[in-house]
Amino acid sequence: MAIRAVGGVGPGDSPGVVDAGRASLPPDVAPMSYWRTVAWRLARDPATLVAGGVLIVIVLSAILAPWLAPYDPSAGSIRLRLAPVGAPGHVLGTDEQGRDMLSRLLWGGRMTLVAGLTPVVVAFLVGAVLGVLAGYVGGLANTLVMRTMDIFYAFPAVLLAIAISGALGPGLPNTLISLSIVFIPRVVRVAESATVQVKGLEYIAAARASGSGVGPIVRHHLLANVLGPILVFASTQVSLSIILAAGLSFLGLGVTPPAAEWGLMLNTLRQSIYVNAVVPALPGLAIFVTSMTFNLLSDGLRDAMEIRA
Amino acid sequence: MSTGYEPRPLLQARGLRKHFPLRGGMLQRTYAWVRAVDDVSFDVYPGETLGIVGESGCGKSTLARLVLRLIEPDAGTLIFAGEDVRAARPPRMKRLRRDMQLVFQDPYASLNPRLTIEDAVAFSLLVHGRSRAEARERARALLGRVGLDPRLYGRRYAHELSGGQRQRVNIARALVLDPKLLVLDEPVSALDKSVQAQVLNLLLELKLERSLTYVFISHDLNVIEYVSRRVLVMYLGEVVEMGTADALAQSPKHPYTQALFASAPTMDPDRRMDRPPITGDPPNPIDPPSGCRFRTRCTFAMPHCGDAPPPLRAVGPDHAVACYLYEAAPATTTAAGR
Repeated sequence: MAIRAVGGVGPGDSPGVVDAGRASLPPDVAPMSYWRTVAWRLARDPATLVAGGVLIVIVLSAILAPWLAPYDPSAGSIRLRLAPVGAPGHVLGTDEQGRDMLSRLLWGGRMTLVAGLTPVVVAFLVGAVLGVLAGYVGGLANTLVMRTMDIFYAFPAVLLAIAISGALGPGLPNTLISLSIVFIPRVVRVAESATVQVKGLEYIAAARASGSGVGPIVRHHLLANVLGPILVFASTQVSLSIILAAGLSFLGLGVTPPAAEWGLMLNTLRQSIYVNAVVPALPGLAIFVTSMTFNLLSDGLRDAMEIRA
Repeated sequence: MSTGYEPRPLLQARGLRKHFPLRGGMLQRTYAWVRAVDDVSFDVYPGETLGIVGESGCGKSTLARLVLRLIEPDAGTLIFAGEDVRAARPPRMKRLRRDMQLVFQDPYASLNPRLTIEDAVAFSLLVHGRSRAEARERARALLGRVGLDPRLYGRRYAHELSGGQRQRVNIARALVLDPKLLVLDEPVSALDKSVQAQVLNLLLELKLERSLTYVFISHDLNVIEYVSRRVLVMYLGEVVEMGTADALAQSPKHPYTQALFASAPTMDPDRRMDRPPITGDPPNPIDPPSGCRFRTRCTFAMPHCGDAPPPLRAVGPDHAVACYLYEAAPATTTAAGR
């Protein structure tokens, strides 16, 4: 019969037979673990390396702002308003109140990074829990969670952020709350769909067939395969969060004057654009570079975390 | 009907049924049911291999999951080694699961991409309270037994292995708890012919070595004939014929079984049949034909075939068929019909 006629040994499936490439491996040397592979790939991606370098500079300068800034960011001088870039004593010029732009940009980076990162971190934690729960439990829990998220999803992100911030009032804490509410439904959606997809795979069924309870299945089989995609998605949202946070400040709904924040600086400097076009563009440039950096990093992360043979 | 085997079956399935609801709309209302498995009964005796064969979508995989209680049957009883599987509460069920395991069809989806194959095999042992060191030791020994040198492959991830190698890992994972019954759901269908033969031979060796009992599910008659002693033929969620592999090969009774054999490629000139294989797809299991579900594709369909589903009737020792063509024979008393 046919099946017996082809009983030969097939190439590529010869069990235990060592091919040339593997023969050089000393026995029992473990191939790289998953996270080491990811790190190895990241370290070999030029775009990610450059973006990583830029991000480190941005973060360090924000952290070290009190020591790096040459002037008090809120001390102005009527005589030195709108000094151009390269003015003596003020490398990046001064703003419309004569405050040193370099100092304000350094201090402003702190605010912008906090306002950009915190909502995404909060949304990642809350969204992952809600999404995995909805996806794994299914049924009524899923319907409840997902339909609630749909309500928030119905509004455009900017509109929702403005509406919530407007209701809560200006200030950094309220900005963080409103942006978290904007990002949670997005993360929940991604987490839920990733969970539903993984839950249907046969290795989950195999784990159930082994007699395992829900806890170990979720820990070892579900989360390990679901958190990666959620993390990558969350990282793509950082740049949007930075822009939204700056946008809220620009509209007067975020950080309040006289604090330095890039979006707020853009707002107050915009009337001076006909006097000096370069200085008002600086906060915009800072926002652009920072959000680009996060975008490039999340692209690199997505590629590096892909499982491939 | 006596056999040389131990008279008490290892697994007894009676009237297993699973209808999946199709939900839709705002309120997730059920608007239809997919009749995946309908009133299926069979016995599996210790040490034998029961083959289950049928087209795609006939409910074979659902049946495999019902037998292992990975999905809950709507009706029917399942007795495993004298214990009522469906009545088992979680602690007892966990113990029962050690004795019945499943090998999956898809070598890609059945292994967690984030676990090394060693950990994938060891997981079940950890679930049952073995120490990490012992679990790892036994997992590695078993990987060696299924033909994967643990020193070379133990710490590799599933995506670094070929389909055949993954299927070996799957087999090792199913065997690591020393089960009595192994349900194999199309274990070789996703593999190349040459690799199929190797994996099948490995399965046969393991069966002898560990005195296992197999329920072997496949759509490939050649494979089923090669491995099984008794065969159950399914069509649209129902059993249409059951008998020894030899009886079915020599004189298939049900028109569907005949068509299956006619459409299976064979090298044997004595096995060539004149009857053309059936054409078209099986009807929708949401709305199966009344009476005999095969009548819409059957060459011998008679007017009364649509009246009521035909019962399984014995047509020989160890051979039963559900078809009105054999109405002269008396209906079997038990649906399992041995």
